Amino acid sequence: MSSIITVENLTKKFGNITAVDKISFEVEEGTIFGFLGPNGAGKTTTINILCTLMSPTSGKAYIDGHDCMKESSEVRNKIGIVFQDNTLDKELTAYENLLFHSYLYNVPKNERKKRIDDALNFVGLYERKNDQAKKFSGGMKRRLEVARSIIHQPKVLFLDEPTLGLDPQSRTNLWEFISKLPEKNDVTIFMTTHYMEEAEICNMIAIIDRGKLIAQGSPEELKKMVGGDVIYLRTKNNEEAIHEIKNNLKLDAEEKNGEIFISVHRGDACIPKLISSLADMVISVRLQRPTLNDVFLKLTGKAIRPETVSGGDEIKDAIRSYRKKSDRG
Amino acid sequence: MIRNDLNAIYVIVAREFIKFVREKGRLISTLARPVLWLFVVGGGLTRLVSPDMGMPYIQFIFPGIIGMTILFSSIFSSISIIWDKEFGFMKEMLVAPVSRFSIVVGKALSGTMVATIQALIILLLFPVIGLKLSIMQIFFILCISIILSFCLSSLGILIATFYENFESFSVIMNFIVMPMFFLSGAMYPVKLLPQILGFLSMINPLTYGIDALKYMVFPEKKLLTHDFPLSLDISVILIASLVFVIIAANVFERRK
Ligand SMILES: Nc1ncnc2c1ncn2[C@@H]1O[C@H](COP(=O)(O)OP(=O)(O)OP(=O)(O)O)[C@@H](O)[C@H]1O
Ligand SMILES: [Mg+2]
Repeated sequence: MSSIITVENLTKKFGNITAVDKISFEVEEGTIFGFLGPNGAGKTTTINILCTLMSPTSGKAYIDGHDCMKESSEVRNKIGIVFQDNTLDKELTAYENLLFHSYLYNVPKNERKKRIDDALNFVGLYERKNDQAKKFSGGMKRRLEVARSIIHQPKVLFLDEPTLGLDPQSRTNLWEFISKLPEKNDVTIFMTTHYMEEAEICNMIAIIDRGKLIAQGSPEELKKMVGGDVIYLRTKNNEEAIHEIKNNLKLDAEEKNGEIFISVHRGDACIPKLISSLADMVISVRLQRPTLNDVFLKLTGKAIRPETVSGGDEIKDAIRSYRKKSDRG
Repeated sequence: MIRNDLNAIYVIVAREFIKFVREKGRLISTLARPVLWLFVVGGGLTRLVSPDMGMPYIQFIFPGIIGMTILFSSIFSSISIIWDKEFGFMKEMLVAPVSRFSIVVGKALSGTMVATIQALIILLLFPVIGLKLSIMQIFFILCISIILSFCLSSLGILIATFYENFESFSVIMNFIVMPMFFLSGAMYPVKLLPQILGFLSMINPLTYGIDALKYMVFPEKKLLTHDFPLSLDISVILIASLVFVIIAANVFERRK
């Protein structure tokens, strides 16, 4: 396998804000690459540079061997994008939006209709193809944009928060759909998301915070960084409890978002000790195997999106079934 | 490469046409302005003003009113680019493998189409104000309308490339479009203007467009109607179009 996206020391400054700070990474062909980070981390800026909309202050970026600055038309031919903000023409119908796209990308005349119909079927909007986009719900618009981005069969697909504003069910459907893309359409996916469960789908993940890449690896590798299990404790007095845990149990405890956060090796064996040592201070206790959210919390000191999202389980199910399929394959 | 660009130009114009047909309200509201000017201002002043060559004032301003129709609809159509930027659709065009030049030309031709259709509708009012035009005259008026629309649409695009949102809309209206109209010879011959304003009217492409329209509407009355030779009018319009398109395409090419 060879890398299809190469980024070297990429930097972008807006005045005195450094939105992207000397980042370097590579993305292998045919994989799903997750680009994670809190608001304002520099994800969209990086995508804008890769898709030739912005030029970097310094550094290099290549897609399929073409320089994103100097060979923009080769790069543009190879990429498809779902932008973070909606970019449909809402006065046009779903079909017309896709037709416009297929002309812009020089899709052969005799294939236009079939590709558009296939894409609309794929995202379940075929029946609504003659409705103006302004009559669509947020989720339907999003799905239409995903359909549009694959009409010209790009080699690299950028998805900037593709599930933003979707209900759990649409998110599950969309991820099922996205996870099939690499095999089916021979495409590499570069995606950003705020939902950590969704990032589980990625083969590789890079975490960016305040413009800097702070970690890179497969989801498993990243989880190992958090070091085993995590115990979350709610107590009547967090400060006192942390003191207690550090002195008596010699464990490292920190307070985050009102909870005490303890990284341990064998969580199940640790809980009884914790409870007896803290006596009646404990309000609740829960054990978690590491998730990407914990990795994120540990690396950046904040949850990527504080409110936990209902429907996460469905997403996990979808991802699990994808995993199984890809393990078999 | 060329095929790509032609496809892009075609589809950009087609999109504008679909939207133009779909929004009939827009057509009516943009036609209301020239119709009002023609009948209310032109009709009203006919009783007060009598141009030297003895034609009613309402007929004298007819070429100017066609020019006005073209001015407003070209500029409005082109600054829809600002909407495209605001609503993100511009990004869809900018990441596509087509040259910026073809996006600008496509947009300019969209404006040309919309403005020419509206100019034609106003032109067909000629019998109502007592004018007689031959088929040939109508044909040549249409030709002038097409190049003038292209020129003003390109200017509109150039203006739009400098604005990111619609807050500046009234600035464009009050400081660009209205002065262009008043300093174009639409309402009175530019010869009558004081020197400074006369100079401004000389650098206004609409002046040459209206001058050429006057030439076509009143071919035999040369006294107060037109000011420049037709060949000069047409060259100025064509050269200005080229300059506007090239600058706009270059501004588009610049990345942030
Ligand atoms: N056009 C711009 N002009 C000035 N500053 C900008 C511009 N675009 C982005 N920035 C700044 O660059 C930084 C990174 O922004 P960016 O949009 O890349 O973040 P992001 O990771 O996509 O965030 P989010 O998760 O909110 O989408 C922010 O501090 C932002 O304010
Ligand atoms: Mg973003």
